[in-house]
Amino acid sequence: MGYEETGVLSLDDLRSIPSEKQLEKGVAIAECIQDIPCNPCVDACPVDAISMKDINSPPIIDYDRCTACGNCVAVCPGLAIFIVKTSVDKALITIPYEFLPIPKKNEIVDALDREGKTVGEGKVTRVIKRGTTWMITVEVDRSLAMIVRNIRCRV
Amino acid sequence: MPLRIREHPIIDFSGRKEIHFYFNNEKLIGYSGDSIASALHASGVKKLSESLKGRPRGFFCGIGKCSSCLMTVNGIPNIRTCIAPLQEGIHVETQPRFIPWPKVEEDSWENGLKIEVDILVVGAGPAGLSASIEAAKQGATVLLVDENSRVGGQLIKQTHKFFGSKHEKAGTRGIEIADELGREVERYKNIKILLESTVFGVYEDPSYDGFTFGVMKRENYKSRLVKVYCRKVIVSVGAMENMLLFPGNDLPGVYGAGGVQTLMNVYGVKPGNKVLMVGAGNVGLIVSYQLLQAGIDVDRVVEAAPIIGGYHVHAAKLRRFGVPIYTSHSIKEVYGKEYVEGAVVVKLDKNWKPIKGSEEDVECDTVCLAVGLTPSTRLLEQLHVTMADIPEAGGRIAIHDEYLETTVRGVYVSGDSSGIEEASTAMIEGKIAGVSAALSLGYNRDADELRRDYIERLKQLRAGPFGEKPRKAKERIAEEWRRYHGL
Repeated sequence: MGYEETGVLSLDDLRSIPSEKQLEKGVAIAECIQDIPCNPCVDACPVDAISMKDINSPPIIDYDRCTACGNCVAVCPGLAIFIVKTSVDKALITIPYEFLPIPKKNEIVDALDREGKTVGEGKVTRVIKRGTTWMITVEVDRSLAMIVRNIRCRV
Repeated sequence: MPLRIREHPIIDFSGRKEIHFYFNNEKLIGYSGDSIASALHASGVKKLSESLKGRPRGFFCGIGKCSSCLMTVNGIPNIRTCIAPLQEGIHVETQPRFIPWPKVEEDSWENGLKIEVDILVVGAGPAGLSASIEAAKQGATVLLVDENSRVGGQLIKQTHKFFGSKHEKAGTRGIEIADELGREVERYKNIKILLESTVFGVYEDPSYDGFTFGVMKRENYKSRLVKVYCRKVIVSVGAMENMLLFPGNDLPGVYGAGGVQTLMNVYGVKPGNKVLMVGAGNVGLIVSYQLLQAGIDVDRVVEAAPIIGGYHVHAAKLRRFGVPIYTSHSIKEVYGKEYVEGAVVVKLDKNWKPIKGSEEDVECDTVCLAVGLTPSTRLLEQLHVTMADIPEAGGRIAIHDEYLETTVRGVYVSGDSSGIEEASTAMIEGKIAGVSAALSLGYNRDADELRRDYIERLKQLRAGPFGEKPRKAKERIAEEWRRYHGL
């Protein structure tokens, strides 16, 4: 079954996956693959790294240009953009978050995959609010870089 | 479990004042900002009225469109308690099947208010607000009438960020757009707003070259007549949620998904504690996510179609929190004595027929129906505009041209009243109708140019695969228009 039946993307569904080098630098990844009429991410990008053929096309992110600033994460109405930055053994994942409680820095949380299953634990390294959207950065094992897309507070 | 939402990640429900009122002589507590029905619901009153056969009726649409919540307030019968603001000390009663004539002083046309304007806009949702602003910008005088106690229509419950482009405020939450548009209409001296008011009828007045409407203005649950003279009218009255046929569908605890959204996001009241969502279009997906945000458990979403109808990004948000979506599944029945105690879902085969033996019991106290909307058209029918059955538009629709004018000159439609779509396109349609109505009266600051721009933007928003249905709807409406004019 594909994402149209399940609501869950596989990595094969994504238009492009950043290279190891790009991931190390830190990039925004848009898990937005359908032709929907929406383009605020394009306007939000300060370095013109996000392009779209027209308003109904999915965004294409130029990973070399992307500075991982997170402006697009905060503005995306589909909450579909994440920032992933990897090191030797860890990955930092920034997710848009609209739930209570808001975790605190250094808090240990459950790291969840695209189906809400707990796949490991994460340490919150940054909590910021842009506009009305919280952005939580969580550190997980390097192997979970392309798997973890949500968190659950343990308290 | 208490049904008040105390903490919410997006909405601030703090600082609301306690309001005391009576329900069938029992003293209850609500909060400022509540409707009567929301306060009753929060106090655990699930049954608001009875059907003619004595079956219990509960909160369903929450926006004054169904008749489940009609009650007697301070001796005045048939009050739509879901949109009537809660006031200190009022007496609310369930009403008998046959209601005696109310013991209140009668009003008449003679002592009623008379208002004359260029353009009457009916409904202050995204379409009506945009229409009013555009018409006022061109210089026309506008009367904006809405049934609710505040403007915004269904935007006031949409806590999610909008799609579209920056022109339609993409990336901004619906609730913020409602506030922005509300502030904007108030800035125009040539827009007058009449809230808690219903445009109920159109009349002939030989002394006036235009339309004459009867409007009922509610104050303290009493009604006062207002006579409105206008030269153009824009009908942007929205839509009504669809019902689905299954045993138990009328039990309290079965709600329209929009009704649930109103209850939790406008009034801060939980519909229940465990929800079965029926329908995986955008409304079903978005409301499910918002239920989670309000701290309510969503057991699952069932969708009769073989694929999820809404945007994948909305489905993904829900799945990341572990809520399953079952495509090719539907609801078979809801059971319970006085309210929902559980539901049975069933798998469907390729021909959408239930597969015997695939029934599954779902433990829940709330069932949400997100199975589409039907345009509200009663006022349009009264105006004798030509209607057509356009399934892609959600039902019977006033046929109209690309400027949203119907077959009766001077009558415009916009938003869901002109075909079910969503709020971004409703705002643009409202702009087109507003600017066109003003232009037809000779108000033309930059109307021509703006209108061309709006029509182009609307076309762009509908150009993708998710725009196919409204695109088809509008094509069929255009066909009907040509047929009507013998073209």
